[in-house]
Amino acid sequence: MSVLKKVMASAALAATMASAPAIAQDDVRIALVVKALGIGFFEAAAKGAEEAAEELGNVEIIYTGPTDTTAEGQIEVINALIAQNVDAIAISANDTDALVPALKKAMNRGITVISWDSGVAAEGRQLHLNPSSNALIGNMIIKLAADHLPDGGDVAVLSATTTSTNQNIWIEEMTKVMGEYPGINVVTTVYGDDLADKSYREATGLMQSYPDLDAIIAPTSVGIVAAAQAVVDAGKVGEVNVTGLGLPSEMAGAIESGASQSFAIWNPIDLGYSATMLAYQLAANDVVAEPGADIPMGRMGTLTLDENTEGAMADPFVYDASNIEEFKSIF
Amino acid sequence: MLSRLIPVRETILGAAILALLLLIASRFSGFVAPANLLNVFNDTAPLIILALGQMVVILTRCIDLSVAANLALTGMAVAMLNVAMPGLPIPVIIAVAIGLGAVMGAINGLLVWKLMIPPIVVTLGTMAVFRGIIFLISDGKWVNAHEMSDAFTGFPRAVILGLPVLSWVALLTVAIFGIMMSRTALGRSIFAVGGNPDAAVYTGIDVGRVKFLAFVLSGALAGLTGYLWVARYAVAYVDIAGGFELEVVAACVIGGISIAGGIGSVGGAVLGALFLGVIKNALPVINISPFWQLAISGSAILIAVAFNARSGKTKGRIILKSAEASE
Repeated sequence: MSVLKKVMASAALAATMASAPAIAQDDVRIALVVKALGIGFFEAAAKGAEEAAEELGNVEIIYTGPTDTTAEGQIEVINALIAQNVDAIAISANDTDALVPALKKAMNRGITVISWDSGVAAEGRQLHLNPSSNALIGNMIIKLAADHLPDGGDVAVLSATTTSTNQNIWIEEMTKVMGEYPGINVVTTVYGDDLADKSYREATGLMQSYPDLDAIIAPTSVGIVAAAQAVVDAGKVGEVNVTGLGLPSEMAGAIESGASQSFAIWNPIDLGYSATMLAYQLAANDVVAEPGADIPMGRMGTLTLDENTEGAMADPFVYDASNIEEFKSIF
Repeated sequence: MLSRLIPVRETILGAAILALLLLIASRFSGFVAPANLLNVFNDTAPLIILALGQMVVILTRCIDLSVAANLALTGMAVAMLNVAMPGLPIPVIIAVAIGLGAVMGAINGLLVWKLMIPPIVVTLGTMAVFRGIIFLISDGKWVNAHEMSDAFTGFPRAVILGLPVLSWVALLTVAIFGIMMSRTALGRSIFAVGGNPDAAVYTGIDVGRVKFLAFVLSGALAGLTGYLWVARYAVAYVDIAGGFELEVVAACVIGGISIAGGIGSVGGAVLGALFLGVIKNALPVINISPFWQLAISGSAILIAVAFNARSGKTKGRIILKSAEASE
C-alpha cells in the first residue's frame, strides 16, 4: 500500500518536474524572494523587478516570500522554487545563516542565487547587492546639507547613540569628504540615543547653542523625525534645514511643513530592478560573480564586487517635495 | 501636619535647582531667559505628571515600572484611533487615553491587591506585556506626523495665557494632587497605608484597595501623558519613552519620596521632576561631551538622593513621632 503511494507520489513529482522546464525554455524565470509578502518596501522592489523584466524582454518574475518574516518560511519558499526549477533566486534574507543549506542546494541544481538588501552568508549566494555603501552614505548626508547652502554655513550632526556602529561609520566617512564641501562647517555632533524625546531635546539644544545653525544632519530615522518636529516647534522652518536618512512615510510630514528640504534612503524600486538585472546576467549571460568583477545592471550602471563578492548599488536616493507623495505610501 | 506645609526638604531641593540654574547660566546665559525656562518646564511636564502618579504608588510601598509602557501603548492606541477616525474630537481622545491608562493601572492594582504578587514583579511583567501589545496592534509600524490630524498634534502646543496646554495640564494635575493628598480621605489613607499598614488596617482602611486605587491613578496619568507625548513628538512607535519609567522613579526619589513608603509630598515630586528636567535640558546646551553626559546625570541623581537620605532620616522620625503622638 505504502509502496504504491510512494510510486504514485514520485510519478506525480516526475510529471511536475518534467513539465516545469518546458515553461522555462523561452523565459528566464527569476524568483524575487522577499522577507515577507505585503510589505510596501518589497512591493516597490517587485515593481522595479517587473520594470527590469520588461526591459530585458525574455524574463518572467516570480515575486514570492513567506507571509511572516521568518527564516523557516523562506526555506519552504526556496524549496518550492527548487522544485519549480527556476533559473535564478534573488533573495532578501530573514537570516544570514539559516538559509545557507537551502540556497546551497539550489546552487547545486544550477540555480543562480544572489542576495540583495539583507544578505546571506558568502557560501550561500553568488553575490550580494548592498543598496549603498558606507562611503556613499557618508558623502550623501553632507551633500544633502551642502546642496541647500550654496554660500556655505554651519551644520550639526544629530546621531543615534555614541556606540551605534552604522552611524559612527557614516559620520567618519562624512568627515573624510568634508574637503569637497568648502564653506560647510560641522560645528558639533550630538546624540539623541534613537529616542524621540532625547533627540527632540538635543535638536532644540543645538538651535539654542548655535543660533546661526543652517542645517541638522540626522543619519537615523528616529532622530531626523524628532529634529524636524523640534525645528517646527521652535519656529525655525526655513532657517534650519533638517536632513539625513529617513523613510518617506515617516518624513512626509516634515517635507510638507518645510522643516526638511530633502533627505535620502535607498530606493526600493531601483533595488528590485538591479537585483533582477544582476540575476539575469548571472543566469542567462554566464557572467561569473568573482571578486573584482564588474557586472552591468541596466540603467543603474555597473556593480563592482569586492573581496566578499558584495557590491554597492548606488548613492542613496534623494526624496523631496517632488517625489514624496509617490513614495510615502510605499515604505 | 503643619511641618508638611513648611517643608525643609523641598526648600533645600528648590535651592539646589536654583544653584544648578546659576551654574548653567554661567556657561550659557540664554538658558535662564524666562522664555527658555518656560520651555524647560513644558518639556518637563510629562515627567511631572508621571512623577505624581508614581508618587502615589510609592507612598503605598509599591512601585509602578509599567508607566512608560502604559504611556507608549495608550499613545499608540489613540494615535491609531486618530488615524482611523480623524474627526474624533480631542476631549474624546483624552477621555479614551485616561480610561485606557486607568484600565491598565487597574490590572496592575488587581494583581497586587487580589493575588498579593509583589508590585515590582507585577509591573515588570505588565511592562513587557504592554510593549508586546503595542507591537501586536501596530504590527511594528509607526504612526507618523502626516497621518495624525492637525487638532490631534496641535492640542498640547496650543498656547493659553502664554503657556502651552501641555504645561497647563501639568499645573492642573499638580493642583488636583495637592488637594487630593492633603484634603481628601483617599490622600490621607495613601499616607497611612505606606506609613504603617498594620495601623491603617486598625483604623478601618482597606490596604489592598488603597494600593489598587494608587495604581489606577498612576495608570490614568500615564494614559493621559501617552496622548500628550505622542501628540507633542508627532510620532508613535513601539519604543517611545523606552526606559522612561526609571526617570520617573528617579524624579520621585530625588523629590524625597521614600521608597519604603509613607513619606513624601506633591511639592517634592514636582521639584524632583524639575531637577531632572533642568539637567536634561541643560546638558545639550552647555557643550559637554556626550560621553560625560550620562555620568553627570547619574551623579546628580546620586548626590541628590544621598542628600535626601541624610536630611530625610531625622525628618522621618519626627513625622512618625508626631503621627504617633497625635493618634
